[in-house]
Amino acid sequence: MSEAIETREKSTAPASGPRPARSWLRFLEPRGHWVWIALAIALILPFQLVPFRVFQLTMVLVYAVALLGLNLLVGHGGQISLGHGAFFAVGAYTAAIMMDRWDTPYPWTLPVAAAVTFVLGLALGVPAARLHGLYLALVTLAIAIFLVPLLKRFEDVTGGSMGLTLSKPQPPSWTGLAEDQWLYFLALAVAVAAFALVAGLLRSRVGRALHALRDNEIAAEVMGVRLAFYKTLAFAWSALLAGAAGCVYTWVIGFVSPDSFTVNLSITLLAGIVVGGLGSQAGPVLGGLFVMFVPSFAQDINQGAPGVIFGLLIIVVMYVAPTGLAGLAGRAVRSFDRTLRKE
Amino acid sequence: MGVSAIRWAAVTTAVLLAATACGRGDEASKGALPEECKGQQTTGITDTSIKIGGIYPLSGPASAYGDIPKGIKAYFDYINAEKNGIDGRKVEFIVRDDGYQPPKAVEEARRLVEQEQVFALFQTLGTPSTAATWDYTNQRKVPQVFVATGASQWGTDKNHPWTIGWQPNYISEARVYAQFLKTEKPDAKVAVLYQNDDFGKDLLGGFKKAIAGSQIKVVAEESYEVSDPTVEPQMRNLARSDADVFLNVTTPKFGSQALAADVKNTDWNPLHILNNVAASITVLKPVGLKNVQGVVSATYYKDPNDPQWADDPEMKLYREKMAKYAPGADPNVPYHAFGWAAASSFHKAMEAAKCPTREGLRDSVRNLNDVEVPMLLPGVRLQTGPDDGFPIESMQMMRFKGERWELFGEVIDTRKVFGPVTAD
Amino acid sequence: MADFIQQIVVGLGSGAIYASLALALVLIYRFTGIVNFAQGELAMFSAYIAWTFLDAGVPFWIALPITLAISFVGGMLIERIVIRPVEGAPELTIVIVTVGLFIFVNAAAGWIWSFLIKDFPNPFPDGALRAGGVSVGYSTLGVLAVVGVVMGLLYLLFRHTKIGLGMRAVATNPESARLVGIRVGWVLALGWGLAATVGAVSGIMVAPLLFLEPNMMGGVLIYAFAAATLGGMDSPVGAVVGGLIVGVAETLAGAYVDVIGSDLKVGVPLAIILVVLLLRPQGLFGKAAVERA
Repeated sequence: MSEAIETREKSTAPASGPRPARSWLRFLEPRGHWVWIALAIALILPFQLVPFRVFQLTMVLVYAVALLGLNLLVGHGGQISLGHGAFFAVGAYTAAIMMDRWDTPYPWTLPVAAAVTFVLGLALGVPAARLHGLYLALVTLAIAIFLVPLLKRFEDVTGGSMGLTLSKPQPPSWTGLAEDQWLYFLALAVAVAAFALVAGLLRSRVGRALHALRDNEIAAEVMGVRLAFYKTLAFAWSALLAGAAGCVYTWVIGFVSPDSFTVNLSITLLAGIVVGGLGSQAGPVLGGLFVMFVPSFAQDINQGAPGVIFGLLIIVVMYVAPTGLAGLAGRAVRSFDRTLRKE
Repeated sequence: MGVSAIRWAAVTTAVLLAATACGRGDEASKGALPEECKGQQTTGITDTSIKIGGIYPLSGPASAYGDIPKGIKAYFDYINAEKNGIDGRKVEFIVRDDGYQPPKAVEEARRLVEQEQVFALFQTLGTPSTAATWDYTNQRKVPQVFVATGASQWGTDKNHPWTIGWQPNYISEARVYAQFLKTEKPDAKVAVLYQNDDFGKDLLGGFKKAIAGSQIKVVAEESYEVSDPTVEPQMRNLARSDADVFLNVTTPKFGSQALAADVKNTDWNPLHILNNVAASITVLKPVGLKNVQGVVSATYYKDPNDPQWADDPEMKLYREKMAKYAPGADPNVPYHAFGWAAASSFHKAMEAAKCPTREGLRDSVRNLNDVEVPMLLPGVRLQTGPDDGFPIESMQMMRFKGERWELFGEVIDTRKVFGPVTAD
Repeated sequence: MADFIQQIVVGLGSGAIYASLALALVLIYRFTGIVNFAQGELAMFSAYIAWTFLDAGVPFWIALPITLAISFVGGMLIERIVIRPVEGAPELTIVIVTVGLFIFVNAAAGWIWSFLIKDFPNPFPDGALRAGGVSVGYSTLGVLAVVGVVMGLLYLLFRHTKIGLGMRAVATNPESARLVGIRVGWVLALGWGLAATVGAVSGIMVAPLLFLEPNMMGGVLIYAFAAATLGGMDSPVGAVVGGLIVGVAETLAGAYVDVIGSDLKVGVPLAIILVVLLLRPQGLFGKAAVERA
């Protein structure tokens, strides 16, 4: 069924799309025009919404970047992590410590946070690659739990349980933007870069290897895919994205403390990507929206409601729509596209 | 790309434009402000209403504290219905949940200030959540009053005049215990169990400073994490120290565990000091009341379980109004009384404000002069000033006897005994 | 010396708690081949059910069998309703579903019973047995004894019953099991029911020690996982031995290793899990799994 649609897509695409696309723009395909629309909306929104909503959307982008990383690992790599909050935290703390200790200008914190989490991801990815799904979930869960007391232990650097308060990046005066808008655009830029990175990765050897491994590990290995190598690499890239998200988080919130990064964050992230849509491009964004907005709505029902709804949704999504909201949205979009073309 | 894409982009943009164009505008109605109040902020307050918001962990690991706003709500419902609000202004109290997560607290604070347009934040619970939001409230010049955390920085910091605590800060509490020991056990050897966070460290640090120069010594200290399943191993380590005083700086569940571990270990029978956060009857009961006889603690507000206050007019009022306005809530839960006392303090502060403005509230909470709040213990009064950002700094010791806490000794005013709490 | 032995005794006390939950984890793994992240929360929920009966005035020894029966039926129902629709799906899917169940059960308990700690009676007497300067609480001994009995029962079930054989077949290869006439669905449901029952025993024993509130088992879970991993995911004896080792190791590390201290001792289960998985993935008592395509 879906394959039939895919082929139809391909046959009509050259007529309407800018082909051949330059290679760095290729992440915008297949349904490229939807990406452009999303981007256009994303550029207009901060000028149309009140600052509070802009802030919320900024946080959605932050979560989306982290979920993008998790999606790479879980959705494409078929490995499970219950500890991505830990990489998020390391990225956030790297940025915070640089800004707090050495007054590093904030743009520099991003590459450093990304590099640190990448290396950490590699280091943990080596043992992780040897672990089967279940055990990897266990180990990552244990790491997420362990991180909180670890952050408190090195009080001199991390500020201990009181955390670190930082001043937020200020918009350069030439932009004429308000603080919230500037932060939004920073997050948007990082998010777009992250999406491009992931799209590029998935199109490369790494992506093909990952898919092969996810679908049938043993067959892939027999075919000569270097299992451990690609698994480790996926883990590292995934950690990098979570770390980058953490870094932007520090810019936006201006405060880090161990309590911000408990194991709940890791579980929330997993819930986000599952509900958003594993293995899909739009999944991280929809997951980010879910993580951001559902708890605020749910809390009006009852104290326990956010958790009950989160839990139920995860289970229900796994039954009825394993591709999550993105899968559902994708179906809607395709039928939309068709009616549009018929006009 | 193509034509259809552009069309869709245009349509979406138009819809967004239309959606955001409406629903804006400054609706804060301006009553006739007195001359000296002109030009001050009147967001969220009119001649007939005042809108305030609080942020609590209704979900997540600290959700036991989610009972506090129930007491607050009952108080405001009562004064709205029967006392015509505060100076004729009906109080609208909005409660939001942050799950004890700082980023969520930031979001909710912004929602309250920017979307709900509240007059002030009345209580944010927990040090991390308050620390994450106070830069914001102070930049915005929004009062963030009577935050429900005892960290000392709310009172010592000079750059955040819009934020102020309410309950005795942890250092003051530690001073009360130190003072008690100086008279009761001048050469005490103290073992401390503390939660490894700001709360535990502030209290432990304050205690060490308060006993400096005396014969009292801390001979052992052990920390625990909120993610630990049990504190029994820590208790065993403390028992090795042969201390004769045990200072129990824990939150409720771990308070119960530490009490139970102390009971179980019959070889070690120190004087057990239970910090105020865990001194609620709901912590003691699971351990067995017969087992916790003689445990001491300190408090500053009236315990609904204490028969001493059975005929107290404020307590009677509290029970009556809780039954009426919060019928599902158990008035014996001290969190409700805590909320009631804080709400009534807000009432007093608002009444005392010279101007019905944000600036007015800010100045009022920093200039409380011996204000009596009936739910607080007799002799415990709200007192702040230019150099004193701590509304409550007096506590009275209590000892558990029979089925309830019994107050003993005088109210200890730590300001008088130790001088002001400073940043270091 | 007495002090050192006393530390070991404390460790054994913690270890017994971890072992009790680890048994439930092992049981469900043996039956269904999955790791249930919600096992601790289900145990907590069972403890609340017991508390509800006790609070209504039902004597402990009547409330206990009722709770165990409810947990058994509840566990089977969860398998039928929650797990059945994703049966045969990749491991990943099932892990995610159990994580969803974890969040759901935790929040539901808070919704129903509030987040304030409950007063849960201890079935074992207060006080302690003492010998040579070392004291062992009666509740510690009680938990150890119950854990031992449960372990024995599971051993018998696995080794000497037809169900044990059937479930082994199901866990290893559901397809072939079905072909030889084993009712796979029934065996899986039975596994969930039994695991929930063993979990309920754990929850009820642990509640008076850790104090009952919705997050009671959250802290235990990672230690129980470490115990099960160390002992071998499919071995009840391993779960108990693993639990005791983890408990003792954690306590000794917290007490005598300054670098670790009380704050970082949660690193002990992490280290144990990592080392075991990398050096001897089948654990101390487990059987090495042979991969087949």
